[in-house]
Amino acid sequence: MLFGFVLEKGSMHRQDLQCYVQICVVGCTWEVFGVWREKCISHENDTNCIFFLAFQGEGCRTVPLSGHVGFDSLPDQLVNKSVNHGFCFNILCVGETGLGKSTLMDTLFNTKFEGDPASHSQPGVQLKSSTYDLQESNVNLKLTIVSTVGFGDQINKEDSYKPIVEFIDAQFEAYLQEELKIKRVLHNYHDTRIHACLYFIAPTGHSLKSLDLVTMKKLDSKVNIIPIIAKSDAISKSELTKFKIKITSELVSNGVQIYQFPTDDESVAEINGTMNAHLPFAVIGSTEEMKIGNKMMKARQYPWGTVQVENEAHCDFVKLREMLIRVNMEDLREQTHTRHYELYRRCKLEEMGFKDTDPDSKPFSLQETYEAKRNEFLGELQKKEEAMRQMFVQRVKEKEAELKEAEKELHEKFDRLKKLHQDEKKKLEDKKKSLDDEVNAFKQRKTAAELLQSQAQQAGGSQTLKRDKERKN
Amino acid sequence: MESAAVPQELPPDCGVHELFGYVGIEAVLEQMKVKTMKMGFEFNIMVVGQSGLGKSTMVNTLFKSKVSRKASQPGQEERIPKTVQLQSVTHVIEEKGVKMKLTVTDTPGFGDQINNENCWDPIIKYINEQYERYLREEILITRKRKIPDSRVHGCVYFIPPTGHWLRPLDLEFMRRLSKIVNVVPVIAKADTLTLEEREEFKQRIQRDLKAHAISVYPQEDFDEDPDDRLLNDRIREKIPFAVVGADQEHQVNGKRVLGRKTKWGIIEVENPAHCEFPMLRDLLIRSHLQDLKDITHNVHYESYRVRRLNESNRPAPSSNNGLPGRDEDGDESNL
Repeated sequence: MLFGFVLEKGSMHRQDLQCYVQICVVGCTWEVFGVWREKCISHENDTNCIFFLAFQGEGCRTVPLSGHVGFDSLPDQLVNKSVNHGFCFNILCVGETGLGKSTLMDTLFNTKFEGDPASHSQPGVQLKSSTYDLQESNVNLKLTIVSTVGFGDQINKEDSYKPIVEFIDAQFEAYLQEELKIKRVLHNYHDTRIHACLYFIAPTGHSLKSLDLVTMKKLDSKVNIIPIIAKSDAISKSELTKFKIKITSELVSNGVQIYQFPTDDESVAEINGTMNAHLPFAVIGSTEEMKIGNKMMKARQYPWGTVQVENEAHCDFVKLREMLIRVNMEDLREQTHTRHYELYRRCKLEEMGFKDTDPDSKPFSLQETYEAKRNEFLGELQKKEEAMRQMFVQRVKEKEAELKEAEKELHEKFDRLKKLHQDEKKKLEDKKKSLDDEVNAFKQRKTAAELLQSQAQQAGGSQTLKRDKERKN
Repeated sequence: MESAAVPQELPPDCGVHELFGYVGIEAVLEQMKVKTMKMGFEFNIMVVGQSGLGKSTMVNTLFKSKVSRKASQPGQEERIPKTVQLQSVTHVIEEKGVKMKLTVTDTPGFGDQINNENCWDPIIKYINEQYERYLREEILITRKRKIPDSRVHGCVYFIPPTGHWLRPLDLEFMRRLSKIVNVVPVIAKADTLTLEEREEFKQRIQRDLKAHAISVYPQEDFDEDPDDRLLNDRIREKIPFAVVGADQEHQVNGKRVLGRKTKWGIIEVENPAHCEFPMLRDLLIRSHLQDLKDITHNVHYESYRVRRLNESNRPAPSSNNGLPGRDEDGDESNL
């Protein structure tokens, strides 16, 4: 942007002018003398003529208005548009089974969300998410509650944090994909990125569990973590203060960055500042209403007394609700978008190989990198296809060889069998022949024998006759 | 440790839930208001028209301050530039705690030459340059927290009050530009037309626009719900607004009003019976400013982005004459 200064003839010496100019440039709010829009040349050496000086400046001139223009309705216009569009808010509840996550959600939003209590025998950590449409006066809120199921129930909890991190990353990834599309519909996109993570700490009264520390450390750069002490009616007041101090010191010493309520805006700085000191909040959830005094209040009844949920002396539930919903909901969403999502996006894009352009390089290197990547990818695909084709051909050949082998074997077997069969047949015929020979021989002997016998008989008969004759004689 | 299933699709919608008591969700409106007021607003407007139609005066009247320097001052020679030049001036105006960075882009030299062919090219080039700048910022790896928005949100086109019909120059310009930016046509120096002439002129203009399929702001395609449609229909009936600009105050009936003093009377700028300036102001500033910005961002910028990302690698867009349709068959995603 170019601004020039016009000065009356001879009204200022050159040195004064330079000082004046310097002040104005550095300060960026201008003491206006006169503003001209032409590109000018500098007549530095002339002190007696009109000075034109041109330089670039970041600051703009503030122009006074001489009447009511009407753009003070702009925030209202913006808000109306957002109201028509609707808001969405996504909460992730991380905590062991049985710490009262669902009950707390019910209490926070004054409604009954569906769901049965989870069992303790889940094989791994799963995330269950459900979306609800809430409406209050003219605000439509699409609330998504994601809960960890089975967290802390396993014997080996080393990988418990992984499904959670993967889930959060998956939501970022979905948004990134949508943002990188060519034809995209960002303003109608259902934003599923997690805006706030409520981390439920078990009320042991001693310190954080190592599982908690590890999980929070993994999550702190991906999501706004708000740690809360669940079922805090199990801890007495003195133990509670010690517990809180211990937790905060452990978080600090381990470098876990939990969400700090913003203190830069004057209207909320004070309240946020005091609330920051009360972290982690000790909360109690209850959806049952009891009659206390003459009002119905949410409370938990014990034989020794009644714990009121909305009583600030009993627990920090009211503080949590204030901070989470009534004061900082918009800030949580903004932080998610501008800090965590941008970090994820940067890492993901750098991982994919994109870099920002160098000062003097091609004008649109992202396009080129897209093309290059796409070509690379296509090339890879082609190579894979080739490899697969080769493998297929190979396999076919092998199979063919196998089949041929089998066929050959079959032929051989058939030949063998045939030969065997012929041998057998031959043997059989030999035997038959020999048998026939024997039979013939036998027959011959038989006839011979018969002949002899008949001869012998005849002779014997004649001899008998002769003998008989001799006797008679 | 077996890995658990991570839901990849949208969670199941469980329907509208009743709240049993006050939760405080509506406080988010207040939070949003505070945040946006702290961040400030930006608005970029472009005025296009032949010289002498009262563009600078109109802008000054709109924003009730001397944001534009008039081309002709008494005692100075008028210089008509040989080609269309674009001059942008930025000012910060504040009203009731709302800070707005207003950029007015003037186009001296438009339509002033004898041969006005392609006089819209520098303008289209400028508009596309702003989109390009925003796109570059948006695709950086390390992006700024708030991308500076220099895209033109609205282009006010001044139609000379001939009383007949739109000239070919007007038609050509509006046809090309309404595809890339929100165009608001106005009849300039409308105090030369009587009310009947104005009506007839408007009817003819509307017919012309419809015949040439030029969609000016508020575009019919972007009406979101029946209420919007009703409101916008009423506005569309009156387009183009017949306006008169004035920056001098005169006494009328004991009040000081902005107006033009002539021998036959004082034309009050802010009187709806005299001219339609209040309607223009309401449209541009009081009710539809955010809408102008939204349509620029969601529609015009997105279509520029689609065009740009579909192009094969060409250097900075210069010969883009604003007509889409070059490559409409873009694929969904590059990843």
